Amino acid sequence: MSSADGGGTVVTRVSGPVVTVKGMGGSAMYEVVRVGELGLVGEVVRQHGDSATVQVYEDTSMLKPGAPVERTGAPLSLWLGPGLIGNIYDGVQRPLPALQALSGTWIKRGEKADPLDTARRWEFKPLLGAGQEVSEGQAAGLVPETPLVEHKVLIPPGISGKVLSAVPAGSYTINDVLAVVETAAGPAEIKMLQKWPVRRPRPARERRRVDGPLVTGQRIIDTFFPIGKGGCACIPGGFGTGKTITQHQLAKWSDAGIIIFIGCGERGNEMTEVLREFPRLKDPRTGRPLMERTILIANTSNMPVAAREVSIYTGITMAEYYRDMGLDVAVFADSTSRWAEALREMAARLEEMPAEEGFPASLPSRLAKFYERGGAVTTLGGERGSISIVGAVSPPGGDFSEPVTQHTRRFTRVFWSLDTELANARHYPAINWLRSYSDYLDEVEPAWEKLSPGWRELRAEAMAVMQREEHCRQIARLIGPDALPDSQKLFLFIGGVMRDGFLAQSAYDENDMFCPPAKQAALLGLIMALYRGGRDLVKAGVPLSAVSALPCVPEILRARTGYAGDDLPGLAKLAARLAEELGAAAKKGAS
Amino acid sequence: MSAISGYPPDRGLEYVGASRIEGLLVVVERVRDVGFDELVEIAGPGGRPRLGRVLEVSDKCALVQVLEGTDGLSGRTVSARFLGESLRLPVSRSMLGRVFDGLGRPADGGPPPLSGDRRDVNGSPINPVARRYPREFIQTGISAIDGMNALVRGQKLPIFSGNGLPHDRVCAQLIRQARLPGEKEGFSIVFAAMGVKRDVADYFMRDFAASGALSRVAMFLSLADAPGVERLLTPRSALTLAEHLAFDCGQHVLVVLTDMTNYCESLREVGSARGEIPGRKGYPGYLYSDLASLYERAGRVDGSPGSITQTAILTMPSDDISHPVPDLTGYITEGQIVLDRELSQRGIYPPISGLPSLSRLMKDGVGKGYTREDHPALTSQLFACYAYVKRVRALADIIGEEELGAGDKLYLKFGEAFENRFISQGEREDRPIELTLDLGWEILSMLPREELRRVGEKMLDEHYRSGIIIKNQESGI
Repeated sequence: MSSADGGGTVVTRVSGPVVTVKGMGGSAMYEVVRVGELGLVGEVVRQHGDSATVQVYEDTSMLKPGAPVERTGAPLSLWLGPGLIGNIYDGVQRPLPALQALSGTWIKRGEKADPLDTARRWEFKPLLGAGQEVSEGQAAGLVPETPLVEHKVLIPPGISGKVLSAVPAGSYTINDVLAVVETAAGPAEIKMLQKWPVRRPRPARERRRVDGPLVTGQRIIDTFFPIGKGGCACIPGGFGTGKTITQHQLAKWSDAGIIIFIGCGERGNEMTEVLREFPRLKDPRTGRPLMERTILIANTSNMPVAAREVSIYTGITMAEYYRDMGLDVAVFADSTSRWAEALREMAARLEEMPAEEGFPASLPSRLAKFYERGGAVTTLGGERGSISIVGAVSPPGGDFSEPVTQHTRRFTRVFWSLDTELANARHYPAINWLRSYSDYLDEVEPAWEKLSPGWRELRAEAMAVMQREEHCRQIARLIGPDALPDSQKLFLFIGGVMRDGFLAQSAYDENDMFCPPAKQAALLGLIMALYRGGRDLVKAGVPLSAVSALPCVPEILRARTGYAGDDLPGLAKLAARLAEELGAAAKKGAS
Repeated sequence: MSAISGYPPDRGLEYVGASRIEGLLVVVERVRDVGFDELVEIAGPGGRPRLGRVLEVSDKCALVQVLEGTDGLSGRTVSARFLGESLRLPVSRSMLGRVFDGLGRPADGGPPPLSGDRRDVNGSPINPVARRYPREFIQTGISAIDGMNALVRGQKLPIFSGNGLPHDRVCAQLIRQARLPGEKEGFSIVFAAMGVKRDVADYFMRDFAASGALSRVAMFLSLADAPGVERLLTPRSALTLAEHLAFDCGQHVLVVLTDMTNYCESLREVGSARGEIPGRKGYPGYLYSDLASLYERAGRVDGSPGSITQTAILTMPSDDISHPVPDLTGYITEGQIVLDRELSQRGIYPPISGLPSLSRLMKDGVGKGYTREDHPALTSQLFACYAYVKRVRALADIIGEEELGAGDKLYLKFGEAFENRFISQGEREDRPIELTLDLGWEILSMLPREELRRVGEKMLDEHYRSGIIIKNQESGI
């Protein structure tokens, strides 16, 4: 006797974000539908006969059986074109500033806004003329999107042929036809605005080997556990270990052309902080505001969980779009655990059989698919582009043996292990140097060796010192440091200098927040020179206290904040002073 | 007006009979025009009607969760009246000074609040773009908080505690003393009690009365003997009022939620009654999202002078910080104040644990222009030194205190002074921030100057005072 008994495409069952709809014959998986009078956005996730199960991206309170459903016939697709940079979107690409203008402080259900401004005119410089042969991925023209980003309007994948007509240089909107290309399937219009389904990877000509580091300006990362351009990293840590701060630091200072920051199920105030800071901060390489190369995706923890599931695909699709212009893109996903939890929540509502800890059995393959959308490629247009992905993981209870951490480790080659003990001592970034690893040393080595010959050996030596330090600390924990001989106490001393003078890095100190590779190499060289000199002195019978009392030691400890990033002459002077003082101590010891 | 929901008794269609009653769930067949999450009045013959809400609805039937228990209901005679909207709370400024139950019905014998403004208790997410970043330092007068884990207006900072620890006293002190430095007026307080004992609620009520705060407190009580499901709505009712006071009336609101562990247990109870697939420790897989839908209802927004600052109290089962409730809370809130059993047993009040406590927003609310320029460096140095104290203590346990080096012995003394003089204070002692900072320097000055690597030379020149202090310490001042 229900109103749903009539014909048409209507809701028959509502259970939270999972809605069953009948009259959906012929629908495709992941087709987008609009549900109810409010037009809530949803996606078809399962089909059974004439009915389909729809995952709705918004709150479904007071949605009733019998409510109308409108089909769109297309999968969830993004708007790609100039205007993405500097914007902030929710998980399904609704522009949050535009939503604020429409409905104020609170996000109302069913609110719609175009992801890109359709009225804005962009300066377009064509690179094609009529009669020319073009192929997919080739640039049809250029648009200066921001002072940092020259946006290439590309011939979309699948379109090749002769240009029938092309517009002259001028200002156009994203919907204006810029060129018409004759293809086998008929004439195709080229516009700035292109649409692409979020769940489908954009094609590239071929994968390349990762070459060169993604310079982040963070010493422990660049020097010890580097990530290559096109690499994938996993950064797990319990709460309070500084995952988000580390991600923010990377997003601020990485030398990528485009930064995409996905706030996936995290705190609202953290996104506000990014919004407040990025326009103010200057890119150390270009001096321009960081926002001019950044796109933010914010689906905070209290926003609908189904949209959270899509948000990382939204981010990675935008990344691929800019990669295809031949740019290096870095994607930061904070946190992939919240994404996995969204998967779990949706799977439970769909009554799927759970695997480990309630996560669906498809979790590993979904993670693999996501991380495989990263990498270095030759684009369809023949250019070199890359996507580096850094995924934060929030393991429950800080226990790294849980499924999301474990599976993420399988598909990433860098592991930055955050450590509660370091965080408790307020040593930031709290990346544990004994448990972290990077598999990109071979790929980044040439760039470092060019900058600082002997880098790899120096790095290995420093790692060995830190390992010895840990060993000595363990013994000292049992018998007290004073019971150790000077030759072992030396490791405690140098380890302390490494921790405070190199591994710790302030996110707020002007000189320290971004440490250029040359300064990193100089600082590491300085500390290792202290180590070698100290080792020789101790061997020669000089007491360790004479080494630790060298007047330049406090200076070395404060060098990370005391010297500007480009003050290499100053650091060289300090190194000379150290050598002098070590020499004097040796002479004194000998006499 | 029906006493139970405030709705007129003829509202909505009434259905008689249920095909299934199980635990808190009632299945009503052949319903029409019923929405998901819709409010329902369920009644037995002649019985008092009880509130419920729709958990799932199809074109054939509706699954209703009864908020107040199903005892005495009979499948044949039970009646269900669907009220046409989800749970709403009338909100008005006049609700300050009143006591309500978990659903927002008066529990102090007074009349229902007069208000034409009825809000969905689930709220809507704040657009992240509309948020303003919180950065006004709140002086709580508690050194362990102000000095080490400062709270700012619009922050959510929970207290992680254990059974038998004085979290209620710490929280009451915080409520009494919290204000911006130099301001007289404190916060408006919205207090939500979930599953706590009557004594606890009474304790807070007495404390509010004694400090003259009662007129700016609204209490939502769902005590230990109230039905479990009501607890799930209690914090939502409280936060709905808080949002009205903060963002419509421009007040600064402090929301106290106690005890979130009870809330989560109710959520687990309801989840298992529905036959959901359990996650860690039997808690539902959506615990994180559910908690976030509460904790994220805090902060400041554009276009309103008001703010919501949140402090949730939760007791960690067997003091385990990795238990799902504190764990997921810590991932959502902006830090945590952790109470420590060992400190408490040594008689230190407030027993705020030095190292695991954290305030994420502190960095932007202290220092030059907010508290004092030396504040961030001082905090960082105190943390570093206290972390070292913990290592020295572990060592002393093994090799004995006598075997320690002179430097390490000094650290032990520093640790004692830090706990006994800096952390420890009276329950009625309201320390201005300057006093807290000076005390911090005084204690730091027990250590040799060259150990203080996190402080710049200039700041050390200004604040480091070797010699004087240790004398004071010895003379017992």
